[in-house]
Amino acid sequence: MAYKIVASQCTGCGACEYECPNKAISEKGGIFIINPDKCTECEGHFDSPQCAAVCPVDGTCVPA
Amino acid sequence: MSGQIVSLAGTVAVPGGCSSKGNGACGSSGGASDMPAEIWEKVKNHPCYSEEAHHYFARMHVAVAPACNIQCNYCNRKYDCSNESRPGVVSEKLTPEQALHKVMAVAAKVPQLSVLGIAGPGDALANPHKTFRTFDLVAKALPHLKLCLSTNGLALAEHVETIKDYNVDHVTITISAVDPEIGQHIYPWIFHDHRRWTGLDAARILHERQMEGLERLVAAGILVKINSVLIPGVNDAHMAEINRVVKAKGAFLHNIMPLISDPAHGTHFGLSGQRGPTPIELAAVQDSVEGGAKLMRHCRQCRADAVGLLGEDLGAEFALDKIEDEPVFDPKVREIYMNVVEQERADRQDAEDQARRRSGGTGEPLLVAVATKGGGRINQHFGHAREFQLLEVDGQSVRFVGVRRADNYCKGGYGEEDSLEAIIKALTGVSAVLVARIGDCPRHTLAEAGITVVDDYAHDFIEASALAWWGRVMEKAGRISA
Ligand code: SF4
Ligand code: SF4
Ligand code: SF4
Repeated sequence: MAYKIVASQCTGCGACEYECPNKAISEKGGIFIINPDKCTECEGHFDSPQCAAVCPVDGTCVPA
Repeated sequence: MSGQIVSLAGTVAVPGGCSSKGNGACGSSGGASDMPAEIWEKVKNHPCYSEEAHHYFARMHVAVAPACNIQCNYCNRKYDCSNESRPGVVSEKLTPEQALHKVMAVAAKVPQLSVLGIAGPGDALANPHKTFRTFDLVAKALPHLKLCLSTNGLALAEHVETIKDYNVDHVTITISAVDPEIGQHIYPWIFHDHRRWTGLDAARILHERQMEGLERLVAAGILVKINSVLIPGVNDAHMAEINRVVKAKGAFLHNIMPLISDPAHGTHFGLSGQRGPTPIELAAVQDSVEGGAKLMRHCRQCRADAVGLLGEDLGAEFALDKIEDEPVFDPKVREIYMNVVEQERADRQDAEDQARRRSGGTGEPLLVAVATKGGGRINQHFGHAREFQLLEVDGQSVRFVGVRRADNYCKGGYGEEDSLEAIIKALTGVSAVLVARIGDCPRHTLAEAGITVVDDYAHDFIEASALAWWGRVMEKAGRISA
């Protein structure tokens, strides 16, 4: 039950970090990563995973 | 440091446009006279809003806002936002603290620095914390700088109060459609209220939010400029309507920028073969809406980390790793510079007035291109010019009509034939080009293309020289009607 970021596609924009309700996303060397222990797929917060909804590159924030 | 000021002032002096207006104030490209006095007061030293100020004052952008909340068909998010910046370039991403450091370094070396803008590389208000934190730091350290920001408008309305609190007096909203039916062909999706919207819904919400943001800013007394990206076949016929709507809602400037489209940028438009407008098409649309919100024909669509005067970009010189540890800004140096500018502006206006009296009348308007590094003087070598200022002169007035870009054709001293051809193309319709110097070879080629090269006015004021040149041409042709 967690999302991940496909590193090779991430632009490093940080939009996902700002939207994540669980502070599960952080920067590492210019790109962003999801901490699977904190990610709830946004359940209980929003209808859809926020990182995937805001990410400008389709198929970058995906189920792990 | 002061050596730099002197050299700038020495070579520099005038404004681009609106010659014919009494006090020399050339507001937008249109002229101060068509702008209320209190607005002119606010913008006259702002290089983005006044063509004249572009010659004396530098602006810089800091790229602290990489995230965005919408997708535009002309944008590929691997690169900078192409709303305000140019597509296909990548800016140095900065934290607010790094941004402050960079601004201090520039202010210490470039006393012309007057404006700090946040224009991306994403959307300034999709990253509100970073944007406002940067403003906070800079306003404390360098209170004389004007602050501005650019946004797509989606998250604008809720930040108007904060924008006002930070004393931001200029905001740019990019609005390329005021009809969702058209907007949907420009914006495939937006992220709003915790979900992604597509199609007509996305375009409608964005439109409503933009209008609300615009209205609230105007109500709060903040100057609003509108940028529109001209996309042939999509919104060209719609541009007059955008102009009408934003003007009615109180925008003080409307800047129509060309779509820059290239498959290599990987944008939707680039890949689908959507082309940008030619310089002629752009000018035609700008002409068709002239008199609406004042147009800003001198906009260079600078990158999100641009630093400098006019089309200049010193951004690379101020990359973080090149900055000294503790840059010190000296307010005295800036004061000296400001005094020099006052004097230059007055001299420039005098020279123009005299030239007008001498020109002997008015007649057929001619288009001239000018090579300048700023300061309102003809002070650039043809081969070093990356852009030319276009003026229309008719013996009594000199009207700034735009900037034509030409990529540096003189690389290392020898001209390249192809790029010269590209410049000639960019100068379509121009009768003469006023330069500080030029090589024999390009002079010939230009003459063959019907463009006279004039270097008699090297280092003189632009407007006065254009008027003098016009008088000479007309006298020769015996065509002056007094
Ligand atoms: S799915 Fe939701 S909780 Fe998980 S990382 Fe993305 S935004 Fe955060
Ligand atoms: S929104 Fe997408 S591109 Fe931006 S940092 Fe997150 S994963 Fe990377
Ligand atoms: S983008 Fe346009 S408005 Fe902004 S600094 Fe450049 S020229 Fe001025």
